[in-house]
Amino acid sequence: MSDLLDRRLVFVTGKGGVGKTTVAAALGLLAAGRGRRALVCEMEPRGDLQSAFECGPTSYVPRPVSDGLFAMSMDTEAALREYLRINLRLPLAGRISSVAQALDFVATAAPGVREVLTVGKLCYEVRERHYDFVVVDASATGHIVGHLAAPLGIHDLVRRGVVEEQTRWMLDILDDPAQTGVVVVSTAEEMPVTEALELTDRIGPETGVHLAAVIVNRVLPELFGRAEEATFASLSAPAVIDELAELLGEDPRAVSEVFSAARLAVRMRRVGSAHLERLRSGLPPDTPLLLLPFLFGRSHGPRAIHQMAELLAEELPT
Amino acid sequence: MSAVTTPGGLDRLLATKEVVVACGPGGVGKTTVAAALGAAAAAVGGGRVLVLTVDPARRLADALRLPRVGNEETQIPEDAFRAAGVRPRGELWAAMLDTKASWDALVRRHARTRRDAEAILSNPLYRNITGRFAKSHEYIAMERLYELHAEGRYDLLVVDTPPALEALDFVDAPQMMADFFSSRLLRWLTAPLRFRVLGVASRPFSQIGDRILGTQFLEDVGRFFLLLETMHEGFVDRARQVSALLRAEQTTFMIVTTPEAVPVQEAERFVTSLRRRSLHLGLLVANKVLPGTLLDPGAQRVAEALAERSAELSADLAALLGGTAAPEQVRLVLEEIGSNHANLRLVALRQAELLGELAAAHETTVTIPQLTGDVVDLAGLVEIGRYLYPG
Repeated sequence: MSDLLDRRLVFVTGKGGVGKTTVAAALGLLAAGRGRRALVCEMEPRGDLQSAFECGPTSYVPRPVSDGLFAMSMDTEAALREYLRINLRLPLAGRISSVAQALDFVATAAPGVREVLTVGKLCYEVRERHYDFVVVDASATGHIVGHLAAPLGIHDLVRRGVVEEQTRWMLDILDDPAQTGVVVVSTAEEMPVTEALELTDRIGPETGVHLAAVIVNRVLPELFGRAEEATFASLSAPAVIDELAELLGEDPRAVSEVFSAARLAVRMRRVGSAHLERLRSGLPPDTPLLLLPFLFGRSHGPRAIHQMAELLAEELPT
Repeated sequence: MSAVTTPGGLDRLLATKEVVVACGPGGVGKTTVAAALGAAAAAVGGGRVLVLTVDPARRLADALRLPRVGNEETQIPEDAFRAAGVRPRGELWAAMLDTKASWDALVRRHARTRRDAEAILSNPLYRNITGRFAKSHEYIAMERLYELHAEGRYDLLVVDTPPALEALDFVDAPQMMADFFSSRLLRWLTAPLRFRVLGVASRPFSQIGDRILGTQFLEDVGRFFLLLETMHEGFVDRARQVSALLRAEQTTFMIVTTPEAVPVQEAERFVTSLRRRSLHLGLLVANKVLPGTLLDPGAQRVAEALAERSAELSADLAALLGGTAAPEQVRLVLEEIGSNHANLRLVALRQAELLGELAAAHETTVTIPQLTGDVVDLAGLVEIGRYLYPG
């Protein structure tokens, strides 16, 4: 079984719009398909998972979305309430809401507390072995470092009290590469690659969490090999187009349009390849780089996620 | 191939506006479109245009190929326009937002004394906030926008906000701040420091807080808010003015999206959110749209025939090419051409459906075609800008 799916806590990040949710959902499906009890959690509760699985609304309470796979949305206040209930066993049953409110206030005011609560919730699920595999549809490249660095930051800031102990065990899970990893998703485009490379440089040193893999989504197929490209060029001559139109009994303009579409695809693929190469050469050596093809038929919904999971399975080393 | 529907014309829209706030989902090319709008407005419309980008990833710097854009405003040299084959009628300026420097300036402006300001700036919590507080980007961006607008050095300001729906929360910032400063919890927190003894009201919280967070941390928190409170009026006042500018006549919003399922859903949420807050939506831009010719039925018949009759066609065509390519090779190429068209057509069909949805969501919708290369220079921006700002 692959190294990636052997981990217990995987954060999926990447520039906005590259398909983080789809990849996280597909990883969850894959893990569940291999018999592991899996949880996929969206950090920003925008309904992305709901829309991906076409299930009902997701909430802080995980709901089953597929065999062995559960989905939840992060909710800081709920995380805080749960934290108070579990860790402090406060003898304040009736007043817990006002305490929660007070702490929520501190959480809002003291940045990092909020992040610690949410990352802490995920670590907790791992520590308590409620799930074998927790995959997080995490925040985008711009914010993930701040998010994952929060336990470390708070740990340095708060040198005693329960929080100090609490961040210690979280850090033990987070910086253990056998348990936790970050997956950076990109597309073969300029900014996603630039952000992916920036992030792969920063993530380890600044958060202590290890880079597990880089996944490039929506990779366009190669239309022609070198020899075929030459043939395509000769076929594109106006005389050949006219002849082809004649043979087919169609308007030469329609034939031209079909050829233009091929040129468009070739150019798009070529630009993408250059970015892919830049990514490949900029990554730390030995970083697993997985490629997922562009899905022409369907880009969204449960069917797309299942296809993605199958394609990912082919890419993962066994 | 540009399906531009601009009732009234964008130039006319921009003639009455001084501020354009770009928003929309991530990954749709929002930064590029915002920069292109700025470039086109400067080139065609004239006047002095500033593009302000707030993203920490320095994307605008990349799009404009500037070595580094700091908090300072930098003019894009006229040479760059000339190299792009354009004689600009106006000036194009660009600036990045340095969140930390902007927060520091804000604190210095509103603190009662220099000592207060330094105390806040050196508080560990404050240092944490400016570096890590995600939401702070959005507010500080609007604050900077307000400042630039008030300085009056530009005819048009184009701002690229962080790609989050919650980004629109900045409009509610004044109320949020006012609530924050007047909250009872804030009093609880700061009471022990104010009176130097634990007040009755604050004791239960302090005890619990102490167990959870530790005394030092609580004291830092309390001290921080005590100082912050001194800036209360200044902050809330300012936030009110910022909010007023966003709602003003001279401000408009531009939503940028791509014709794909998730971004379109999000764009629709932006439309709703703007309406609910009575913010002016000037323009909805669909970026990276495949050519409409992909949907031509004649082309579809050709593509199908290429795939189905490839063997027969390749024999004829190979003969025509005079033996430069083997029939087998020609057959493979024809099949690839056919199946590629079928693939792209599927995507174009989906896009057409989604574009229809977008057009229904807002009357002024502009489409920008899928480009086959990256925007590497001003010429690229100007080219995109032509779809936004024809003329």
